[in-house]
Amino acid sequence: MIRRQRLAAGVCALLAALTAGIAFPAGAVADETDQAAPKVELVLDVSGSMRTRDIDGGTRMAAAKQAFNEVLDATPEEVQLGIRTLGANYRGDDRKEGCKDTEQLYPVGPLNRTDAKTAVATLAPTGWTPIGPALLKAADDLNGGDGTRRIVLISDGEDTCQPLDPCEVAREIAAKGIGLTIDTLGLVPDAKTRDQLSCIADATGGTYTDVRHKEELSDRVGELVDRAAEPVVTPVATEGADRCEKAPTLKSGLYTDRAGFGQQRWYKVDVEPGQELRASVSVADDRAVQPNYGVLLRAVTAHGREIVRGEAAGTGRTDVVSTGLRYPRPESDDDAAPAETVCLQVTSSFSAASGVKTTPGLPLELTVDVVDGPSGHHDVAAFGLGRGWWLLGTLVLIGFLAGLLWGWLSRWRVAVWRTN
Amino acid sequence: MRITRVMGAALLALGLAAGPAAADSSPSPSASADGDAPTRAGTSFRTATEIDQGQQATASGSTGDYLYWSFPADTGQRPTVRATVKLPDAHGFETWQLDVYDGLRRRQSCQYGAQTRTAAQGAGSVELACVLRTVRGWAEPWANDPLPGTYYVRLTVVDLGAADLGKPVGAEVRVDSKGIGGAAAVDGSLGKPLVPGIAVTSEEDKDGAKGAVLSSFGSDDGWSSGWWSDRWVWTGIGAVLAALAGIGGYVLTRGSGRPSRVPPNV
Repeated sequence: MIRRQRLAAGVCALLAALTAGIAFPAGAVADETDQAAPKVELVLDVSGSMRTRDIDGGTRMAAAKQAFNEVLDATPEEVQLGIRTLGANYRGDDRKEGCKDTEQLYPVGPLNRTDAKTAVATLAPTGWTPIGPALLKAADDLNGGDGTRRIVLISDGEDTCQPLDPCEVAREIAAKGIGLTIDTLGLVPDAKTRDQLSCIADATGGTYTDVRHKEELSDRVGELVDRAAEPVVTPVATEGADRCEKAPTLKSGLYTDRAGFGQQRWYKVDVEPGQELRASVSVADDRAVQPNYGVLLRAVTAHGREIVRGEAAGTGRTDVVSTGLRYPRPESDDDAAPAETVCLQVTSSFSAASGVKTTPGLPLELTVDVVDGPSGHHDVAAFGLGRGWWLLGTLVLIGFLAGLLWGWLSRWRVAVWRTN
Repeated sequence: MRITRVMGAALLALGLAAGPAAADSSPSPSASADGDAPTRAGTSFRTATEIDQGQQATASGSTGDYLYWSFPADTGQRPTVRATVKLPDAHGFETWQLDVYDGLRRRQSCQYGAQTRTAAQGAGSVELACVLRTVRGWAEPWANDPLPGTYYVRLTVVDLGAADLGKPVGAEVRVDSKGIGGAAAVDGSLGKPLVPGIAVTSEEDKDGAKGAVLSSFGSDDGWSSGWWSDRWVWTGIGAVLAALAGIGGYVLTRGSGRPSRVPPNV
């Protein structure tokens, strides 16, 4: 009895282990990459208003300087960091002059902490707040290289150099370069500053932070610089066509494009027999849009027949709306069967809020993966197997009836044999 | 007597069949301890921070940020995503939302759980949860059933007063999953798990070069092959029981093997 129990326990444990033993996929950490160094430029507002003493009892400028010192100490080795100021030099009242006042304090490149800190120490709050021109220059500073590029803008007031809207400037910059993000930090901002800075951040997929304390400032800037150091896949720029025949042929990878409001984008992908096409698309709203939106991704044959579609719709605040599709192409008996050209059509139903510029188009991100197709499918249940008490009951009943019948048959057979 | 022993063994086997089924309902073991849980979140699908199931990931951000994490989920699991947002001291009404997307960036529905919740003025935190559907091994291309692969979690505020924008918040996210077992087992499996960029990753693996990847949950690290389910146990035991019942039925009708009216000495 004891032996049987032990055996039962052993078998039970084995079965439980087998059944529950679905191993977890272990997430491997992304390796260090040899891609070009990530570049970050800190853009600091040194306008007159930075003299205000309202951050933990000190001036805004003092808080910014302290934060910069801490960030410079903690900057990862691989990050190329630069510093640009706006409103640091011109003291006069001439708007035209004041709006040109932006200067590269420390060039983007391998960081010499002592030099950078010395340069920061010399700053004194002075002039205007030319955010737009400073962003344009900062984008130029970061030009070149394949790494991620990030601008961190720290300001305490809105742009004083209209009519150049810094928000539109940011959008233009993002449309020109790939992988450039602008994060903004508002030092004790008023409502207008907040709106403007958050608009700049939204235009490039960046973040906006409201800073009221010294620690918040250094923590946040440090975090943004660290984030730039993380390896990220850089998408490849492509330009979709307005119909399939003219569309660019894409291979597996990550792509980016711009799609105007109400515009279709077509791409082509070649799929061999037995392969599966996976495509996903996200369209970001980088400006104020109406609260209801959607996106449609269709896979269409060269002759215009729809194979499969992915659609998504949403309402309310969002950064992107995304969808995807899968198209497993069946195996072919013919070994020489050619690759099929599948057309991918992307449309989004964002509509711009009133008074918002509709150019450049909305940023679109497309991932394409062509992988091995799925294994054959024949049944809703795995290998046609069953489970549950009904299955057991049915099998027992049928087995019992079959046994009865067989027993009766053999008895009858013996009886017949005997009689003869 | 032999029959009772056989039946006893059969009942024992029956109990064993129920055993694994019961074991399935316990939460799956966590992949790793909280030792090096991520303390940051991504801001887009592309930059989503990878977490393992059972890890308590934390992040600090600003109200209005879109925080992204990604986690792997395998066949037969039913993931539950829980998020807690720690709100600043003073704030107005804020509505927070947790969305889950699959490896194709298709939004996945929650079976239950408070996916969207409004924090009252000055509330200290909001708790959100989303219980996904069971991950299947295979689905038709036209369905958006959850499939094994990468899943994305997006946490964000969807409705807020303008004055609250940019205020610092803290977020905690944890994904656990329940093993559903054979009840969800279907025929067929994907060629590769639904991990974005996997076609590029596997090519690079061949070259030996490794760059940044969209999602590093690889094709060979421990995804279930999809052939095992407790249906094998159920069906196997059913077959054994059917055989035993057949023998029982045979013994009952056949009698001692010799017709009673035939005298033993013939």
